[in-house]
Amino acid sequence: MRGILNRQRSVAEKLAPRTGRSEAAAELTDGSRVAVIGGGPSGSFFTYFLYRMAEVVGLDLAVDIFEPRHFTHCGPAGCNHCGGIISESLVQLLATEGINLPPTVVQRGIDSYVLHMDVGSVRIETPGHEKRIAAVFRGNGPRDVEHVGWESFDRFLQGLAQDRGARIVRRAVTGFEWDDGRPLLKHADGSDEIYDLVAVAVGVNSNFLRLLGADSVGYRPPKTGATFICEFQLGRENIQQYLGTSMHVFQLGLPRLEFAALIPKGNVVTLCLLGQGIDVELVQRFLDAPEVRRCFPPEMGRPDHVCNCAPMINVRGAARPYADRFVVIGDSGVTRLYKDGIGAAYRTAKAAAVTAVFQGISAKDFEKHFWPVCRRIERDNAIGKFIFAFNDQLRKKRFSRRAILRMVSREQSEDGMTRHMSGVLWDLFTGSAPYREVFLNSLHPGFLGGLLWNAARSLTTRGVGPIAEENLHGRDRTG
Amino acid sequence: MDGTVLGKDYADGEIIIRQGEAGDSMYVIQAGSVEVIEESEGGEVLLAVLEQGDFFGEMAIFEREVRSATVRARGDTRVLTVDRKTLMRRIQRDPSLALNILETMSRRIRLLDQELARVKELLAAATS
Repeated sequence: MRGILNRQRSVAEKLAPRTGRSEAAAELTDGSRVAVIGGGPSGSFFTYFLYRMAEVVGLDLAVDIFEPRHFTHCGPAGCNHCGGIISESLVQLLATEGINLPPTVVQRGIDSYVLHMDVGSVRIETPGHEKRIAAVFRGNGPRDVEHVGWESFDRFLQGLAQDRGARIVRRAVTGFEWDDGRPLLKHADGSDEIYDLVAVAVGVNSNFLRLLGADSVGYRPPKTGATFICEFQLGRENIQQYLGTSMHVFQLGLPRLEFAALIPKGNVVTLCLLGQGIDVELVQRFLDAPEVRRCFPPEMGRPDHVCNCAPMINVRGAARPYADRFVVIGDSGVTRLYKDGIGAAYRTAKAAAVTAVFQGISAKDFEKHFWPVCRRIERDNAIGKFIFAFNDQLRKKRFSRRAILRMVSREQSEDGMTRHMSGVLWDLFTGSAPYREVFLNSLHPGFLGGLLWNAARSLTTRGVGPIAEENLHGRDRTG
Repeated sequence: MDGTVLGKDYADGEIIIRQGEAGDSMYVIQAGSVEVIEESEGGEVLLAVLEQGDFFGEMAIFEREVRSATVRARGDTRVLTVDRKTLMRRIQRDPSLALNILETMSRRIRLLDQELARVKELLAAATS
């Protein structure tokens, strides 16, 4: 129940003795109304942490999440079009926050990656042999697939926000204007509502971003790249036998294909392709590759997908994702390059919520306390682009692919051996560490020396050596 | 083990952390329960039973001291490991991440205070 007597008492006033802030700036006060446009992870994280921080300082807020979609629907109608991987670091951070993913949400716990190349395959395992990566459905799973009591990740997070007090409004926002310095949201039926703060969390694929003209808030949408995502129904037993608890990553040297992964989930497998100009021909060439066919039952032939989409991804962050009483979070603002998009949603959403409650909701407040989080992600992405470009050059040369395979295989086979290449690839594939850390680890003398030595061995010998041969069929050991 | 779970499985009675050993991680219980035991020459003292959603081992993360107690599974238990490096790196960027831990530690100190008061009362009664 909202306070009435202290309705206009702001957090700044409550904290004034400690912070010295007492000016009547744009701030949330008891009874402030907050609109969150988009009920995906960034919107739900923002709402959850806004309520959580407000609770800490005794602030009474009312949050409306505008999300017309139901994440209980199957197929694209209830999906946010994403591979659905919760990174190792995010799983740990959420657990620390008190958010534990239930088995109904986790479609598969991932404990290893299998790297497939034309020169062989090798499994990279976590040092603790622990399942700390979660494969999830963003919606309620693909169309025409048998449902066995699973729950959408996005719906789970939305439930957490609702439990905190948020109201889910099943209406689309069709217009955005200002009314006496406060954001005004319009709806298709002609109605409108004024809010004290608006958080845009619609995702980079939403048409809503076009409504945010640079003239009104200074926001410019992110630069985007193409992906292709589809799902195959294999059944639990086949998935356990052929994919196990590993995510399968492919570096095949196919033109235009930068990254490909098969993610096992319950009774279906999700395929994610990143690259330039991904078309039907490229998808079919990928599916026909022997390294890919080995991940499916031989009698299956070229698998038919049950659901597919070609969403855009954010490859360069938005400009000025904030204004007075306005903030853009998740991938419609700034996100991590190629990996850990949900982790970036968590970080930007929480930074925005903490700023709004403890600092204020003016453009200056967001610039000082929210924007540095986004800028740090963007700077890290610049390093990521360099790493992916370097990796691109490595995977084009057969001898360097053999060198990587040889080095990883040796590291995985010998107990006590420092895992330089395995660690770098693990962090690169999983998105668990910042790209800066991946880069610094790749400058380690052990990494560079190992890579050069294995490259020299690959040039002077045939095959990948006895140690690597033992690891070529990582998939056989994943069940 | 069911594929739709996170963490690591421990069987009934299996030691998860041992008193006196160095530690660089804390743990969050995903399923089941654990018992926290103080080991001494006189035997074992049960300090607490923790359930799903509770965490333990956080003192070693903040203090860099050896484990102050042994924790073992009560029945089949599943536990998620949180690395010190991952946690401290994020806490440095986002101090509010420690809020949940602080609240839990505060509750535990309150319980300890109550326990201490009860023990002092018992001692006072025994000596008077």
